[in-house]
Amino acid sequence: MSGGGFFEVPSDLQNTWWGLVGWQLQLTLVPVLCGLVIALPIALLCRRFGWIYPPVLGVATVFYAIPSLAFFVFLIDWFSESDLTVEIPLTVYTLVVLVPAIVDGMRSVSADTRAAAEAMGFGTLRRYFQVELPIAVPAVFAGLRVATVSSVSLVSVGMLIGNEGALGNLLSDALNYHRPQLAWDAVISIAVIGVLLDALLVLARRLLTPWARKATAK
Amino acid sequence: MGGRCHKPGHLVVGPAEARRALHTVIVIDAVTKRYPDGTTAVDRLTLEIPDGSITVLVGPSGCGKTTTLRMINRMVEPTEGRILLNGQDVREAPVNALRRSMGYVIQHAGLFPHRTVMDNIATVPRLLGWDKHRARERARELMERVGLDASFAKRYPYQLSGGQQQRVGVARALAADPPVLLMDEPFSAVDPIVRKGLQDELLRIQADLGKTVVFVTHDIDEAIKLGDMVAVLREGGRLAQYAPPARLLSAPADEFVEDFLGVDRGIRHLSFFGTEELELTAEPIVTEDATAEQVRAATLAELPYVLVTDAEGRPRGWSDALDRATGTEGELLPYGRAFTVGRDSLRAALDSAVLSPTGWAVAVDEQGRAVGVAAQEAIAAAIRSAHTAGVLR
Amino acid sequence: MNIFGYAQQFFDAPGQWSGADGIPTRLLEHVQYSALALLIALVIALPVGLVTGHTGRSGNALAVLATAARALPSFGLLVLLTILMGLGLTPVMVPLVALAVPPILVTTYEAMRGVDPSLVDAARGIGLPWWRVLGQVELPVALPLILSGIRSGAIQIVSTATIAAYVSFGGLGRYIVDGLSQVNYAKVVGGAVLVAALALATLGFFWLLGRVLVSPGVRRSR
Repeated sequence: MSGGGFFEVPSDLQNTWWGLVGWQLQLTLVPVLCGLVIALPIALLCRRFGWIYPPVLGVATVFYAIPSLAFFVFLIDWFSESDLTVEIPLTVYTLVVLVPAIVDGMRSVSADTRAAAEAMGFGTLRRYFQVELPIAVPAVFAGLRVATVSSVSLVSVGMLIGNEGALGNLLSDALNYHRPQLAWDAVISIAVIGVLLDALLVLARRLLTPWARKATAK
Repeated sequence: MGGRCHKPGHLVVGPAEARRALHTVIVIDAVTKRYPDGTTAVDRLTLEIPDGSITVLVGPSGCGKTTTLRMINRMVEPTEGRILLNGQDVREAPVNALRRSMGYVIQHAGLFPHRTVMDNIATVPRLLGWDKHRARERARELMERVGLDASFAKRYPYQLSGGQQQRVGVARALAADPPVLLMDEPFSAVDPIVRKGLQDELLRIQADLGKTVVFVTHDIDEAIKLGDMVAVLREGGRLAQYAPPARLLSAPADEFVEDFLGVDRGIRHLSFFGTEELELTAEPIVTEDATAEQVRAATLAELPYVLVTDAEGRPRGWSDALDRATGTEGELLPYGRAFTVGRDSLRAALDSAVLSPTGWAVAVDEQGRAVGVAAQEAIAAAIRSAHTAGVLR
Repeated sequence: MNIFGYAQQFFDAPGQWSGADGIPTRLLEHVQYSALALLIALVIALPVGLVTGHTGRSGNALAVLATAARALPSFGLLVLLTILMGLGLTPVMVPLVALAVPPILVTTYEAMRGVDPSLVDAARGIGLPWWRVLGQVELPVALPLILSGIRSGAIQIVSTATIAAYVSFGGLGRYIVDGLSQVNYAKVVGGAVLVAALALATLGFFWLLGRVLVSPGVRRSR
């Protein structure tokens, strides 16, 4: 617990810096991936049955408004102080960002393109998967970027419920032992992970949508 | 087109000017607009836009017609040259005062979605400091003038059709009674039937108000219908021809203008000739209950048909003269479309003759009663003499 | 006992509705600090968003700035600043404001860019000076989106102000943080219910604000 290097983690956390980084990534990416997997069918349903979209959006907004700490607390009752308690709210927040991103992205497909697909004999489902979803990919990635970066940051709050905050756990030691260096470590590491994940998503989008490159380049 | 009261020639003074105390001539003097990327939108354009009449700028896309219009109210500043309004350089006036003195109508009307129809129309009067009551009074007056029911006053733009929105756009532009009206493809986003209605409305309003209108369109038919003067621009913003529409049709300056006018410009030119001088014959017109004797007497040597009318004299159709004279009444042949003598042009008369199965055009009076028929040869003769008269004039 | 039982126990406790640690006091603290942070964020973000959106310049710079600001871990920042500056208003306000500026700034910019250009063209052509074009045409039309950006900033402030209790700050988060350290789950759950309720009230407030401020002509055409 003595001074030491930037990446030295106090022994009471029983982890290494790389261990914390791995944990941080797990707590961030599991919710984002689950969110994406759940958001897709919900978005398709909203696209197919337009009338359910406004209520879905309303419920989502309400969930999104609930502060993460309160959300964690409600879940302690069922999942005690575990990874799941952190991952479930983050999954919900991801959903709230992704469902509108996908639906609006699919809706933004021009009427001309849609009519052309229909005229070529695409069925509704086939049109969703082969025309509208691919065209919605940039919008989906924009949503993924927001969801991922805010999840990286929110994971730290898990520290308050039984040290479930990965790199955020450094913060409690920083405050308790008055070691600003640990706080610096946490803030910088988390910010760098956020920026790197964001950059990876931008790269992935460019690879997936070569046709959109010109539009995004300007 | 018959309703037009005057067609001033180049710089010829129109009757509207006599009514207006203020002269509002716009002079575009050797104006060039080059953009930083090197493209030339308008190239040394010189135009004198006469007072109290409609001047149309027409041309293909990229010919600089919109840029030219937007330089008049300084939405775009020219690179070279100057624009004079009543002899004063527009750059000398404060820009917003200048714009408030010119009504501005654009393609999708550009109505403010957060304001009601009435508040949209009252925008400029309110800007000019009119009190609310007077501005609203004026808005109500204008709604009536552009043919909008008073019940629309409290509606928002999204509750209106495209044509209605465009009427509000015109009303808003006229609200402060500006001497100049700038219209940038105002009717090109509505369907042809609504467009025709809006064009007729504009001509009607213009006949009353005598504004100096500058109108941009890519539609040559619209240009010919609305314009007292038409400026045809070509790509790169150069002037191809500036003339009244009749002159444009009869004497296009070059191949470009000829192409732009289309293959049937000769036919369209006939719109400018009236049917008053057309030689009609009333002989082969018989009523339904005409006797065989009457039919035989009415039959012309060169036309083996008679035109059968009902008791009121309205045409019903052509009948084979020989059959009818011998008592066997065959079916009536449709006569196509009649033209109204005096109101319709030679173009309508020719169209009527082409549509008629007998090759003879049917002429009616304002009440729809058949007054005569005309052979294609007679129409051709009328066209020839109209041309001769035009050249002599 | 489940969370409903805990919540009931919390709200039924005597003395809960008065005093320095009473619900009204904590609620007022939470609202005051959140409102102050939102106000500062508005003063910074709104003019910049309106003007950049109006001129259409610096859009890329704003996007980069927003991504960077979003990547800043607000909780980490809160703890770091408290350690560096000691207890006080500034270490709490900085992360809260930093949190709310990007959504307000970016949505305002996007909302202004999203205004139909022909509308702006018509307004200029009619002779409206630029500040009137901005204030009387672009702003009212962009208002629904701008409000949604402000709402999103406000929600995040309310949420993060809760965490500020960890650095000995007042507000409703006190119940959660104190309850956790005292292993008093009734207090934790009660605090969470209050925070969630405040967040929903914030949503409701912005919904009402939209009804009052947004012209029906704009609201219905969307």
